Amino acid sequence: MLELTNLRSQHGKVPHLAVEQLRIETGMMVGVAGPNGSGKSTLLRAIGGDLPVTGDILFYKRSLRQWDPLDRARHLAALPQFSQIGFSFTADEIVAMGMIPLSLSRQEGRQQVAALMKDTDCHHLIGRAFPSLSGGEKQRVHLARVLLQLSQATQPPLLVLDEPTSAQDLKQQHRILALARSLCRQRGYAVIAVLHDLNHVLRYCDHCVLMKEGRLSAQGKPGDVLTQNPIEAHWEYRPQLVGHMESIPVFV
Amino acid sequence: MRLPVMISGIALVAMIILGSLLSLLQGALDLPPTESLLALCDTLFGTHWSTLDDYQRVVVTELRLPRLLLSVFVGAMLAQCGAVMQGLFRNPLADPGIIGVSSGAAVGAIVAIAIFPASIGPLAVPVSAFVAGLLTTMLVYSLSRSKQGTSVLVLLLAGVAISAFAGATIGFISYFSNDEKLRQLSLWQMGSLAGASQVNLWLGFFTVVALAIAFQRRTSALNALVLGECEARYLGINVEGLKRQLIILVAVGVGISVAYAGIIGFIGLVVPHLVRLVTGPDHRSLIPLSALCGALLLLVADLMARLVVQPAELPVGLVTALLGAPFFLALLIQQRRQWN
Repeated sequence: MLELTNLRSQHGKVPHLAVEQLRIETGMMVGVAGPNGSGKSTLLRAIGGDLPVTGDILFYKRSLRQWDPLDRARHLAALPQFSQIGFSFTADEIVAMGMIPLSLSRQEGRQQVAALMKDTDCHHLIGRAFPSLSGGEKQRVHLARVLLQLSQATQPPLLVLDEPTSAQDLKQQHRILALARSLCRQRGYAVIAVLHDLNHVLRYCDHCVLMKEGRLSAQGKPGDVLTQNPIEAHWEYRPQLVGHMESIPVFV
Repeated sequence: MRLPVMISGIALVAMIILGSLLSLLQGALDLPPTESLLALCDTLFGTHWSTLDDYQRVVVTELRLPRLLLSVFVGAMLAQCGAVMQGLFRNPLADPGIIGVSSGAAVGAIVAIAIFPASIGPLAVPVSAFVAGLLTTMLVYSLSRSKQGTSVLVLLLAGVAISAFAGATIGFISYFSNDEKLRQLSLWQMGSLAGASQVNLWLGFFTVVALAIAFQRRTSALNALVLGECEARYLGINVEGLKRQLIILVAVGVGISVAYAGIIGFIGLVVPHLVRLVTGPDHRSLIPLSALCGALLLLVADLMARLVVQPAELPVGLVTALLGAPFFLALLIQQRRQWN
């Protein structure tokens, strides 16, 4: 569904993103990993069309720029890493903003908002002022919003998650990743997520992309890519393999 | 606790009607209330019910009525423009003048007052104010544009710098003016609706309606913008186009208000705040309710300006600033508590 070729973005003379090829198919969950400053978020911004780049980004065989903005919004949504909102919207009003590119009746909208807030475990935040929420709660409210935004897609949509687990507690980390994976498995969504915990990549993702200095240094099945030597080459830290869980390696 | 939007809207409309009646019936000249209302009917529907003398009718229909209408139009425009600017800057402390339109318009008006003789002043001053306000906004906006799009921060800073420059220009012109012009200059800067009977109110009416419609069509986009520019783009909003359109609309709205009534502060800043406190920050309700609340507030302020020192009157800009500033400080203190 998504094909990136020869993507380049320059900042002065130094390229901060140089991607030769990346393909994402429907139903695929892609984990992006790499040390800080390796260009993970930049890659996601490029995918979202939010970064001036040279090269091609084809989404369903059509250049992203050629998509009608509203149609694109129904098929491609991104979870922001940080969120600052100056006005005291309630959590459910923020979720309801996912309806902006959609055509939903008020009644349907309200039902969808409630259902998605249950899915993302923030139903109890209905009516609470968004600025008063914790970082993890804000992130889950935004997750419900972007899921609502994709709910009327006519083809399987692409969900871009920038560190969806960074602000979450242990239970929520697994809930969110399991939710993302079930959207891939059951509804054909494609997900691309920046993840810092390599065990999450091994356990939840179908495809792993490793980044270093703005380049895709390795990609493939998580179990093939994430072994001790490449990890040490990227992070300058040699993890210990403590065993296997359902034949998935576990590192510490 | 928030009030329902419908109820708040109805309450505001009721208060505007009540305020309008008061404003028509009260003034330096004491007239019997029923007769005044009948005189109004006579003008509107061509009846002959009122027994008022001609000069008394003129007070009601050609002095108080136009002034009332102008206060409603200008109040509604300023408050809507304020709500839009705060949404665009994603900052509740933004003011419609932040993009340089009021200070530019002030320079335009003051140059016109200083240069032109008093005889063509009533026409030259508003036109020159409007044109200069628009030009200043264009300058501020073009300063903030770059290849990456419009930077809201640069827009704000450029607005501040240009406003300071405009302030200096005004000071310079004032310094070299004679006493009579100086008084005219300073009165204009305080804002007044006293000129209502000499201006074309249809222009104000059409502008306020056109602005209300144009803003209402962009309320969802403004809501999306609250999430951040990047998020709004993901939601399918053409952010650059939206910013450009809103800035032009606000420049026109504030420019026309300033041309009509001089500088009237605090309406655009305080009203959206007040509405947000009562019915919440959703722009779909914020903008129309701000229009109503702004109309009501300026109507009441002008009534006070006329009544407090009668038979003389205060500049209405003084009244709004006098009421608005302490109110705004109270809001700030309350917000500071919330942040702590």
